[in-house]
Amino acid sequence: MKRHLLNIYRLGVKELWSLARDPMMVFLIGWTFTVAIYVAATTVPETLHRAPVAIVDEDQSALSARIVSAFYPPRFNPPALLALPEVDPAMDEGRYTFILDIPPNFQRDVLAGRAPRIQLNVDATRMSQAFTGSASIQQIVMGEVNEFAQRYRENSVLPVDLALRARFNPALEQSWFGGLMEVVNNITLLSMILTGAALIREREHGTVEHLLVMPVTPTEIMFAKVWACALVVILAATVSLNLVIRGALGVPIEGSLLLFLAGTTLHLFATTSMGIFLATLARSMPQFSLLLMLIVMPLQILSGSMTPRESMPEGVQALMTLAPTTHFTELSQAILYRGAGLDTVWSPFVYLFLIGCVLFTVSLFRFRRAITRMT
Amino acid sequence: MKDGPPPVLRLTEVSLRYGAVVALDGITLGVPAGRMVGLIGPDGVGKSSLLALASGARVIQQGEVETLGGNMAHRSHREAVCPRIAYMPQGLGRNLYPTLSVEENLQFFARLFGHATAERRRRIDSLTWSTGLLPFLDRPVGKLSGGMKQKLGLCCALIHDPDLLILDEPTTGVDPLARAQFWELIARIRADRPGMSVIVATAYMDEAQRFDWLVAMDEGRVLATGHPDELMALTATRTLEAAFIALLPEAKRRQHQPVDIPPLAGGDEDDVAIEARGLTMRFGDFTAVDRASFRIRRGEIFGFLGSNGCGKSTTMKMLTGLLPASEGEAWLFGQPVDPRDMATRRRVGYMSQSFSLYGELTVRQNLVLHARLFHVPEAQVAARVDEMVARFGLAEVLDVLPEKLPLGIRQRLSLAVAMVHKPELLILDEPTSGVDPIARDNFWRLMIELARRDRVTIFISTHFMNEAERCDRMSMMHAGRVLDSDRPAALVARRGKATLEEAFIDYLREAEGAREERAPAPHAVAGAGPAGAKPEGAGIRIRESLGRIYSYFWREGLELQRDPVRATLALVGSLVLLFVMGFGISMDVENLRFAVLDRDQTVLSRAYGLNLAGSRYFTERPPLADYGELDRRMRSGELSLVLEIPPGFARDVARGAPVQIGAWIDGAMPQRAETVKGYVQGMHQQWLLEQARARGMVVSSGLARIETRFRYNPDVRSLPAMVPAVIPLLLLMLPAMLTALAVVREKELGSIINLYVTPVTRSEFLLGKQLPYVLLALLNFLLMCLVAVSIFGVPMTGSFPALGVAAVLFCVIATGMGLLASTVTRSQTAAMFLAAIGTMIPAVQFAGLLNPVSSLDGTGRLFGELYPASHMLLISRGVFSKALGFADLQGAFWPLALAVPVILGAAILLLDKQER
Repeated sequence: MKRHLLNIYRLGVKELWSLARDPMMVFLIGWTFTVAIYVAATTVPETLHRAPVAIVDEDQSALSARIVSAFYPPRFNPPALLALPEVDPAMDEGRYTFILDIPPNFQRDVLAGRAPRIQLNVDATRMSQAFTGSASIQQIVMGEVNEFAQRYRENSVLPVDLALRARFNPALEQSWFGGLMEVVNNITLLSMILTGAALIREREHGTVEHLLVMPVTPTEIMFAKVWACALVVILAATVSLNLVIRGALGVPIEGSLLLFLAGTTLHLFATTSMGIFLATLARSMPQFSLLLMLIVMPLQILSGSMTPRESMPEGVQALMTLAPTTHFTELSQAILYRGAGLDTVWSPFVYLFLIGCVLFTVSLFRFRRAITRMT
Repeated sequence: MKDGPPPVLRLTEVSLRYGAVVALDGITLGVPAGRMVGLIGPDGVGKSSLLALASGARVIQQGEVETLGGNMAHRSHREAVCPRIAYMPQGLGRNLYPTLSVEENLQFFARLFGHATAERRRRIDSLTWSTGLLPFLDRPVGKLSGGMKQKLGLCCALIHDPDLLILDEPTTGVDPLARAQFWELIARIRADRPGMSVIVATAYMDEAQRFDWLVAMDEGRVLATGHPDELMALTATRTLEAAFIALLPEAKRRQHQPVDIPPLAGGDEDDVAIEARGLTMRFGDFTAVDRASFRIRRGEIFGFLGSNGCGKSTTMKMLTGLLPASEGEAWLFGQPVDPRDMATRRRVGYMSQSFSLYGELTVRQNLVLHARLFHVPEAQVAARVDEMVARFGLAEVLDVLPEKLPLGIRQRLSLAVAMVHKPELLILDEPTSGVDPIARDNFWRLMIELARRDRVTIFISTHFMNEAERCDRMSMMHAGRVLDSDRPAALVARRGKATLEEAFIDYLREAEGAREERAPAPHAVAGAGPAGAKPEGAGIRIRESLGRIYSYFWREGLELQRDPVRATLALVGSLVLLFVMGFGISMDVENLRFAVLDRDQTVLSRAYGLNLAGSRYFTERPPLADYGELDRRMRSGELSLVLEIPPGFARDVARGAPVQIGAWIDGAMPQRAETVKGYVQGMHQQWLLEQARARGMVVSSGLARIETRFRYNPDVRSLPAMVPAVIPLLLLMLPAMLTALAVVREKELGSIINLYVTPVTRSEFLLGKQLPYVLLALLNFLLMCLVAVSIFGVPMTGSFPALGVAAVLFCVIATGMGLLASTVTRSQTAAMFLAAIGTMIPAVQFAGLLNPVSSLDGTGRLFGELYPASHMLLISRGVFSKALGFADLQGAFWPLALAVPVILGAAILLLDKQER
């Protein structure tokens, strides 16, 4: 037993050396956990950022002028003024997401209490802006109209108020979400690349064959790769959470970092095994990358780290409970954003552990069979 | 030389460097025409570089190269003589396509040289007949033996009747019978075409002995030229190998000591280190090793002689336990070979064919790692490493990475590593291939010392006759079978031959048996057809050019069909991703889980909660009892929204006193939170109105009303919005990556040489390769549209022909971007990476996928306006959702049409027609 552990330890140290002397990989690790995180967090635009808006002002009154001037950056581009016939072609060409049509005699009708209608055209093919944008435009327009009208008449106050508060991210800043989820996604991606590439490199250099004639078992070889790659990813993630997320981006982390790292370790057990599995299927680095892309993209997109899981079809949701990323995303969101403790997130831990065991066993089986044929 | 015909090749002060390494150092040389000329010298002395310059495959850096009477630096001359030169690069079948059959390879080359169908048939039949390949026309090249590959390479080279045949190490690693047949073939062809000059590079001195004229090279310089007899006379030696060593500079020669083999002490005949009986290995229906049996005594040097691919390595792998034998048994030190037996492994050292140590670990780290993995006691590791370092002369390179060492030293390191745990048996798989004669002899002296002094049993494989001669005993192996085993001298005597080579050939002939008989010639022999003089004219040139494009197109298509991973990815990859993105990138928010903390518990407060529960956006969860529960259930992510209704809610509402309902939204996912906020506010307003109406209050309709028209997608659903945007994204990314691989694969595998030395132009090459991918991408496009309309139910409201035309343009652009990425990269991984980065990021960030281009500022905006994907996105959305046609979308078509020549032009310009 001691001999096995020693072998695993030494082979793992060898992996670390190999990695340290591979400038491409070191750069990739550094990049994905620093610059890429920062960029991903800061360039995820706020839902409304310079939304293109145009106004058809058929009223040409003081009120309509007020409305036109109420749209300004950063949320909106300064509105373009269009004539009525230009509306349809402009919408068709996709130049504006929103076109507001202020009818003739709008100011007069407002003051007369005739409740005139303003038409808001929304290009609903642009989902991300359409929904929140139209709500925001309504608010702005109504605000201007109210304020304008208040000078002339008193308005009644609603008796029941709704106090809306957002927990965990009071200002609803996109960068908090974008940054942390990028870390979570990069943990998955990098752990698979590292283990897969480590195996494929050994095969391409013929060193696997060399290891196999030594008193070393395939299980030891695989364990060594798993622990070495997992260690590197965990270190990189820790550094990234502290320096980039907390430091450069100033995102507060609610929960326990240790608990998150414990969850990460379980997750890495599963993903590194998957990396090995894919590497045994692929014959070369390019094939491995193609396979990786086909596997990782669904794992990430459907895990709930980009859009809420509950809005996906039920079949997809059920299928994705088998994927480690789903549970990892769940526990990361709970721990990092909502400060949840083990008492609330024990179930994703159990899932991850089970999935990890299955993946490791399957990969080990496949690795043992494939490794002799790799040379 | 002076009075003969003008030289076929003349070099004047030619130098060539790869980075800091000098490959050729000021060579001046004239090679006589119409002869059989040999370049001799070990690997890495510049032979291949010289030949590549001569054939025009490589760019001339310095000096002047004249081939067939013209300067190879001039493009016009290269184009003119290219059809008269045939170049067969180093490495067996490196310019051939392994997944294609013999016939398909020949057809490809014949098409490149513009032969018509009937002419192609005639040439292929006559060439394959004369090389004996005719029965194997349907066999994939990857499954041919080394000798057959090399014959096919020759057929491909001869398909256009060249005047100059350049062969770079054509026989390395091929068995001596196949070699002999190969030279017979060359002699026959020369007899048919007496004017043809042949230049051959070779590492086999015995082969070079038969050439007309030799150039001996070392370290990028010419040592001497002349007839083999002249060289031997010059140095007063009897063999060419000795002559070559004598020609080397003094400093090198001094390192050389002749190998002296003390006889094997007469030991115990029954002290056996290795015994194999009926060892068999099958891979599918292919038998790699067929009932091999042999015995190796302890302390013996036992050689395995055979060509590449005859089963030597496989046999060795079975003995080490790397491969489980299909049949038969083997014993190491009297123990049956068992892959799980760790104890036996510690008694064996293994050195594989290729250098296979960790390039990222230093020499010392490699030694220490291996010592530890073999469980040398920790206290002895340092001493053991020192011992190895001293014995194998590695002291000066201890902290160097092996990759930076010359081959000879790496070989010593490999041996040191294999010896670090003091094994009793060394298994060495072709340890000396590629090493120069001096280093090889030094290596042998080390081995002999190990065998005689330390009584280590050495089992070595080789394809060099003179190495096999040094073994105590040897086996001859061919096509998986051990032909005979004995002392080398005894084998020679048994066949009554003078040399081991002749004896081996004799054995081989016997093994090959009656296979030598040939079918009658189908047509006239090669070379008889009219060559060179072809009709000229613009029409003919265009037809020839189209022929070459078709040739590449056809070949690429065949290759793609036979690569399951790439083909699958090309066909289903985009569909899988379309499904994933269609379902996954959903901005819809549905079934949000909420719960109520109702501290009022009246009819009115419950009605407020029901108001929400009735909507399709929200799903109610069991109510909350207190703040503790609220906190816990929100933290676990179960609840996205919690409503808190204060005590006395109903009473206060009835009284008209101000009341506040609390709503907590989970802000972890900001986008979702924004949507929830909007929904809750809307619901609340509606509830207020209803309450007011129910109480008979006069409802003020407000000052103004905003009528929102969600156009093109009235239900504001994600799928109809996302799918038309995802299709262009996928149509860009995957075709670009696959096409990028297509060109770089040829660079990596070596078949790019066909671009360098055949008449195909850069644009023909690129267009031919691009075409299959464009067609695949279009097929993908149609499938994606079908899925979008039928499975996702996204209606296509506009003109499909408009979308189709745009898709054709866009597929050409996407594959063009892949070509562009492949022209500037050297490895497949780099090409894929560049293609992925270069398409994905701009398409997602700048092309208006999520936020319209007009929302961007600065360079992002400019980039978005120029990037073709932005325009394709507009067209796709326009046709799918906005019911538009050609006329409405003109503005987006022009930029697409313009991008085609720009991108293809850039790719063609950046591709090299010669190697740099």
